[in-house]
Amino acid sequence: MSAIAAVADRHVVAAAGFDVEKIRADFPILHRKVRGHDLVYLDNAATSQKPQAVIDALVRYYEEANANIHRGVHYLSQVATEEFEQGRTAVQRFVNAAHASEIVFTRGTTEAINLVAQTYGRVHVGAGDEVVITAMEHHSNIVPWQMLCEEKGATLRVVPMNDAGELLLDEYERLLGPRTKIVAIGHVSNALGTVNPLKRMVAMAHAKGIPVVADGAQAVPHIAVDVQDLDCDFYAFSAHKMYGPTGIGVLYGKQALLEAMPPYQGGGDMIRSVTFEKTTYNKVPHKFEAGTPDMAGVAGLKAAIEYMSSVGIEKIAAHEHDLLTYATEVVGGLPGVRPIGTAKDKAGVLSFVLDEVHPHDIGTILDEQGIAVRTGHHCAQPVMDRFCIPATVRASFAMYNTRAEVDALARGLKKVREVFA
Amino acid sequence: MAELRDLYQEVILEHSKAPRNYKTPASTNQKAEGYNPLCGDRFTVFLEMDGETIRDIGFQGAGCAISKASASMMTQSVKGKTKAEAEKIFHQFHELVTGHPHEDETQLGKLAVFSGVSEFPMRVKCATLAWHTLEAALEGKQEKISTE
Repeated sequence: MSAIAAVADRHVVAAAGFDVEKIRADFPILHRKVRGHDLVYLDNAATSQKPQAVIDALVRYYEEANANIHRGVHYLSQVATEEFEQGRTAVQRFVNAAHASEIVFTRGTTEAINLVAQTYGRVHVGAGDEVVITAMEHHSNIVPWQMLCEEKGATLRVVPMNDAGELLLDEYERLLGPRTKIVAIGHVSNALGTVNPLKRMVAMAHAKGIPVVADGAQAVPHIAVDVQDLDCDFYAFSAHKMYGPTGIGVLYGKQALLEAMPPYQGGGDMIRSVTFEKTTYNKVPHKFEAGTPDMAGVAGLKAAIEYMSSVGIEKIAAHEHDLLTYATEVVGGLPGVRPIGTAKDKAGVLSFVLDEVHPHDIGTILDEQGIAVRTGHHCAQPVMDRFCIPATVRASFAMYNTRAEVDALARGLKKVREVFA
Repeated sequence: MAELRDLYQEVILEHSKAPRNYKTPASTNQKAEGYNPLCGDRFTVFLEMDGETIRDIGFQGAGCAISKASASMMTQSVKGKTKAEAEKIFHQFHELVTGHPHEDETQLGKLAVFSGVSEFPMRVKCATLAWHTLEAALEGKQEKISTE
């Protein structure tokens, strides 16, 4: 760590009461070497690393609590069921949902969005109708709607953005018409880092009676999310991008909407009674949770929420904002670097291109120095097309990153320029 | 850093900056398009075939330094060769970049500079994209080739 960076980091600690070294000590993987160097992990928008508390929760679940839930009268089944439902309550509080029954566990954001498209969407979208998405969506918030539109003979409409990577709200307003049945918006863009004005966009859609599905995968790790304040109808996110395990995610849905929706998958746990003639479905949220769920995953997600809460989401946001500002200056100011995505309101992501060097070459050279960044289209090919580039380099931040790591990235990029001089 | 220099050899960097045969031959009679959806690399390979012989070859497109240099040096190595000879060179090249060098590498010539790719498994597709595209052009296939 350079002297200046060390002073800068201490300044942040003093300013926010936030001890990044203490946090780093909680993440075992941050102490391993990569290709002989200290790991500099800047690919958090792809997946974050996990604190010991989350890893312990997974192990503890299997060592002490494992049994199938919502069935069986034996002791462990009761323990596992209670823990699973406590996980639901933890998620409810995390996003400030009105009821725990509004929290549906899924495999992740992708499955949550597909669930809405295949249940609510198939009921409410018909031939000639329209679904509105935005120009900066991840493929997981494009393809499920495309599939729905194709099946129903509906049309996908796309809200455009400006050169900074900000949605054009006037155009959005114009797209909301009498045939619009669903609006689907990413809360924070994974490729650009833009924080979209979700609350305002929900209000604009609601003014015309249109429900809104929000993809919150990149928002929940970085900013406080209050689904009641946002007033969105559905909100999807994944545990693994917010320090939790892979394979578990959440769909929040307003109670009345969930109750009116048909089930997604059929199977155990989602039923009330089954005969060969007729099945009646369980109440929400269980109606949408067919089969044995990822109980250990829920235990891990609960531990991740507790870990984030113990640090404080506002402090995490402030620290990451400082890192992003610093990185935008230090990396964005390097000769040949052109940031992609310069919205006024951003979270966690610095996407850029460097001279004519292809991002994959940059990624390989950085990797050789132990620096992990994402290179490519970030599952957002339309975003790349919008900026007329094949790919970007993306550095994305988490609470455990430091200014010294930003400095390492800057040094790494200088090395790239040396190789390609 | 030794491995990095093995990958980004001077010859490779030079070809990536100033690719040879970066053109569309006027008398193209066979072509194919190759695409790697993971990284967005996209090349079209143009052939002027005289019977079984590659009389002229060109390519156009965009990609990383490895894929572009590989395309450039490929055009040099197969120009004037027969279809069978070109396919044999591709086979040997593929063995080289996947870390299974052939005993008889004499036909590879300058292409031997790509041996460093075998240390970077994530980059093998970069090095072979143009070759897969060439193979498709030689077969006269019309559909777009994808390395995924």
